[in-house]
Amino acid sequence: MSALVAESLSKRFGDRDALSAVSFRVEPGQVVAIIGPNGAGKTTLLSILGGVLPPTSGSVDRDPHEIGWVPQQPAVYSKLSVVENLRLFARLEGVSDDAVRQMLDRTGLVERADDVVSELSGGNRQRVNIAVGLLREPRVLLLDEPSAALDPRQRARIWEFILGLTTHGIAVVFSTHDVGEAERFADRLLVLADGELLFAGAPAGLHKQVDAAHTDFETAFVSFLRERGH
Amino acid sequence: MRWLLLKDLQILRRSPVLMLLLVAYSAAIAVMIGSATRETDAKPRVAFLNQIPADEDEFVVAGQRLKASRYADELFKSVDAVTVTTRAEAVEKVRDGDVLAAIIVPADTTQRLKAALALTGSPRAPTLEVIYNGADPLQARAVEATIKGRLADANQAISAELTKASAQYIDILLRGGGLGVLGADFNVLGLQRSEKIVADALDALPRDSPQRAGLEEVRRFARAAVENLDLAGPVLRSVGQPLKVQKQVINARTTPADRYYVAVALTLSALFVALLIGAGMLSLEREEHTFGRLARGLVTPLQLIAAKILLGTLVGLAVTTLMACGVAIFVPLELGRAPIWLPVLAVACIAFGATGVALGALAKDVRAASLIGVLISLPIAFLALIPPSAMSPALFDLVRIISAPFAFRPGLQAVDGALSGGSFGLPLVHLVALIAVYGVIGRQAAFRIR
Repeated sequence: MSALVAESLSKRFGDRDALSAVSFRVEPGQVVAIIGPNGAGKTTLLSILGGVLPPTSGSVDRDPHEIGWVPQQPAVYSKLSVVENLRLFARLEGVSDDAVRQMLDRTGLVERADDVVSELSGGNRQRVNIAVGLLREPRVLLLDEPSAALDPRQRARIWEFILGLTTHGIAVVFSTHDVGEAERFADRLLVLADGELLFAGAPAGLHKQVDAAHTDFETAFVSFLRERGH
Repeated sequence: MRWLLLKDLQILRRSPVLMLLLVAYSAAIAVMIGSATRETDAKPRVAFLNQIPADEDEFVVAGQRLKASRYADELFKSVDAVTVTTRAEAVEKVRDGDVLAAIIVPADTTQRLKAALALTGSPRAPTLEVIYNGADPLQARAVEATIKGRLADANQAISAELTKASAQYIDILLRGGGLGVLGADFNVLGLQRSEKIVADALDALPRDSPQRAGLEEVRRFARAAVENLDLAGPVLRSVGQPLKVQKQVINARTTPADRYYVAVALTLSALFVALLIGAGMLSLEREEHTFGRLARGLVTPLQLIAAKILLGTLVGLAVTTLMACGVAIFVPLELGRAPIWLPVLAVACIAFGATGVALGALAKDVRAASLIGVLISLPIAFLALIPPSAMSPALFDLVRIISAPFAFRPGLQAVDGALSGGSFGLPLVHLVALIAVYGVIGRQAAFRIR
């Protein structure tokens, strides 16, 4: 059984199509990267999957409560401590305080539990952000550019943590501007441009669709977009 | 620093809404202050009822012909007199707010003035009746001050005449001459001539005459009178304040005006606290990026704005309750009425909080929300506190229309009514309507934030 199925998702803002009939499925434990140029519709797609935005048409087979949603900017209260944030969202999600303790353990934030979020490093703040998204133990975790604004060391730690989640069967769908990161960590890619889904498949598949002379994945991705008029 | 300044100017230039708001705000404040200042020079409308019979308007004192209506002109220098024909009409006009006050000149004014000057016993000073509406203490105080000032001018004008009259009296008493008393003219001998006649009579009397002692006494009296002029006392006393005023207040407050100022202080504090908390805390959700997370089913937009309104209300109520307890040390507040004024204050706080939440949902961040909150609250509070007597009726109506969509004015009226034992039903209904309107605006704007 798929972890998530999206059928013909479309979103219209005024007279602009932000998404046009995007369909795909995500399997349990799979890591899916959504890549594309600016304005491609990556954040819109994640927001619809996460229940933050309603689609103009189309459907998602999961209720938003079954999906963990982690926005690009840490969506936590900077003046509250780590544990206070987790407790607050646990109560709003209707889960017990045991989930808070477990989440502190899983995210390695036990030592920082009483620290005020505004005093944490960018990496730890992102961990808290992800921890809130995981409180309900979702089958799918959506991450909007999870490693943006992190230094390489923090980025490596975050990815180690995210990939660790997949071993528990959690499917991860993330958007990124870093195509190298997508190639390295994703099992499947969704390439969006101007709201259209141009490619869905393994990174190697995208590489094969462009001129073989391009060995670098980023160059291959740019060529792929250019060949399709983007 | 120069580059920082240029950068900030560039950012401002690219924030047309903020710039427009700042310009519009400055212009609106300037227009309001300008209008209020200009309108202060306008004459307040005052009903005038002259009950003096037409044939008694003129009277003669010490040979001087005085006209009572001339002194009324002094009153009209600073008021726009609306002539009425009966006392009931005057009272009705004051009660309805057509005029700010009514001045009634009783029918016996001329008689009393004449009596005061004619030395016919202990005179009762002529007393004008002034009726004003006491529902608004600021207005009542302003009207009272205007009328007091005009009466002082009228008194001064009469005083000038009385000074002349008293000088003539003194002259007649000293040197003799014609004097009118109770409509009849008498020839007064005069103290100097009286003394001389008595002295002549004494000289003519034999030294052992039994009448001599009595005449000696009369001469001593005449001499003393010439020297002291005590007989002019009643006239001189009346010179200071010939006209008295009897004040009557309709729609009177049952409590001192101090309580109105307490109501102003409490309402103003509640406005700022509840509005800024409501606006700031909602826009904080946006600034912390938590709005999207909350809005994906954790809470509904209505629950979210209700929570912020409640927060603003609780903090506003706590601050104003503490303030009321502190004020109660200096101003007698009926703490026993707290079960009435606290809920009314709470409703006002809810309305202020709802206004703040609507602003917070429209603003992009806490700073903008706070700035907009202050920019809107200050002029609205300012408008609500200008006494109507400082404005023309047209401007007052305009101010009422501008203030109507904001909660401060009805909030103040409700809190004032609850504190002073007056009525507060209508302002409360107004507040509830505003809570509903701002609640809907906040909810719709909250949907937009997602």
